[in-house]
Amino acid sequence: MELCDYSALQIASLIHLRQVSASEVIESTLKRIEKVDGRPGNLEPGAFTPEDSQRVHAFITLTQERARAQAAKIDGKLADGEEVGPLAGVPFTTKDIFCVKGTPSTAGSRILANFTAPYTATPVERMEAAGAVMVGKVNLDEFTYGSSNESSAFQPSPRNPWDPSRVPGGSSGGSAASVAAGEAALSLGTDTAGSIRQPAAFCGVVGLKPTYGRVSRYGLIAFASSLDCPGPVARSVSDAAAMFQIIAGVDPKDSTSASVPVPDVAAALEKGVRGLRIGLSPDYFRIIFPDPDSGEFGQQPISPEIEASVRHAADRLSQMGAEIIENVPMPATRYGIPAYFVISRVEAASNLHRYDGVKYGYRTAHPVDDLREMYRKTRAQGFGPQPKLRILMGMYVSAAQYSEAYYMRALRVRSQIRRDFEQVFDPNGAYHLDAMLTPTTPTTAFPMGAIYGNSVLMQYADQLTVPANHAGVPGISLPSGLDQDGLPIGIQLLGPDYSEAVLFQIARAFEMATEADEWRSAKPKVLTA
Amino acid sequence: MTDEITPEVFEHLVELAALELDPTQSSYLRRELNHQLKAIHELEAIPLDESIPPALHGVPYPLDISQPPRPDIWQAFANPEEILAQAPESEDGYIIVPDIPHTQLD
Repeated sequence: MELCDYSALQIASLIHLRQVSASEVIESTLKRIEKVDGRPGNLEPGAFTPEDSQRVHAFITLTQERARAQAAKIDGKLADGEEVGPLAGVPFTTKDIFCVKGTPSTAGSRILANFTAPYTATPVERMEAAGAVMVGKVNLDEFTYGSSNESSAFQPSPRNPWDPSRVPGGSSGGSAASVAAGEAALSLGTDTAGSIRQPAAFCGVVGLKPTYGRVSRYGLIAFASSLDCPGPVARSVSDAAAMFQIIAGVDPKDSTSASVPVPDVAAALEKGVRGLRIGLSPDYFRIIFPDPDSGEFGQQPISPEIEASVRHAADRLSQMGAEIIENVPMPATRYGIPAYFVISRVEAASNLHRYDGVKYGYRTAHPVDDLREMYRKTRAQGFGPQPKLRILMGMYVSAAQYSEAYYMRALRVRSQIRRDFEQVFDPNGAYHLDAMLTPTTPTTAFPMGAIYGNSVLMQYADQLTVPANHAGVPGISLPSGLDQDGLPIGIQLLGPDYSEAVLFQIARAFEMATEADEWRSAKPKVLTA
Repeated sequence: MTDEITPEVFEHLVELAALELDPTQSSYLRRELNHQLKAIHELEAIPLDESIPPALHGVPYPLDISQPPRPDIWQAFANPEEILAQAPESEDGYIIVPDIPHTQLD
């Protein structure tokens, strides 16, 4: 085990005790990146090589010199007996959807490929203020629009460290892959429909989507502003909790951040689950989606191995004293994707209108007659197919003659989805649950190229994660085992508004109960090759 | 089943979106839009109680946890050149764009 494989909390502790230096940790991390990552994502990737197919490709931009300078500063402070932050020297990556002053901030898109952020996003600023050291900006689906990372304009796109022929999930695929492969202890991702939790599940790591408003969106390049949530990706529940503690909390620069005190999550972490009420819902053990040709809706159970893993987790939690409540109705779960197809597209089309080649970013080099032609050519060349698809759908469903039928109806369906959660979490209601336990994804990581291009099927990969985004409630994905192909399975815990501490508590209890399980000792393929 | 987004509607959307597309992209994007609409139509079949309001956010924002508006005070950016340097074309502190189309009014 090398330094870069230690947990964030172990690294912070060793550095505080001056048993290792921050510089040693960063060098170990950079060495790992050099060993497993291969070439970073590039707009002009050229031909793919056989070696490319064996590497992780998590990064777009490595910030090694910046990281080395920060690590040296931390070591200097410690040598002088000065205070350093709680995450001093802990290496982390940032999804390249966050602005970080002086670094390229691309959103995985050609249209922002030459954009250097003039300011730093609040969650990144808080991480750095706590002493964490950013080693680079990691790849994502273009503008976060996807569930596999394949839509990034920067290729090769990230691959799953457990099996590089498979996707890492998305859109925070670079985040999850970099953490799984030991290229960072922590990563800052975002979750709009499952974009932290789904890749966390696919890559065998822990990912939290906090309550909407819990973590500032200042400096996050917007997709769907009413759904976007920044959150932590880590290899353990305790690390994710430590990162959450740092990045959460009100920010005057984000008008939607909530003035709700953040509890001490570490204090509650190992309190166990005795007496907690945890629900299982049949509505999370199936997915319902339309046939692309006929439009007929079909129902399909989720992978039996994943369902078995969730039920096994419920048994373990029950043995530790949790009360498991079966057959909790969550009937609006199936409406999450149709509503998301409308709400997210309207917000995306609005947010993407700012990219016009005038003030920053890409501008067409083609000769043009006037401003409008410049807009059209810039946007046509700068955006890939997924942003274009979202803009066009946003235009259609928000048009005056359709907005009542589509947009307003989708907003009401969002209320209906929220109502499901309110009813089961109501302390005076019939269920009065502390949390729901569900699968994170209907399948484990799928092969690269298997779904990409089919925008409907790709979207349905988020069916079990998107309801929490509509409702605004927090959700965490954590590893619960491996399937027969040796791929990680993720389970999800969903809780009431601002209940992250309880979700961490349950997740940590499960983690401790399974510490000695055989699957826990398995390592991603890129680390054993 | 006829496509809801016909080639004519699609062309209008492309104009609204300030895009221009080659035939291959147009064909892919129009097909995917029509497929997505089939999923979206499920919304029509959902029985919705009249009392259910539209929600702009999932989490409620009572005043006590909302951010008060900041005072409307002008704040200078420390280094405006840094911002202007991001512009694809600028001159003497102005951002340069091609001719702005306009209609001559008589």
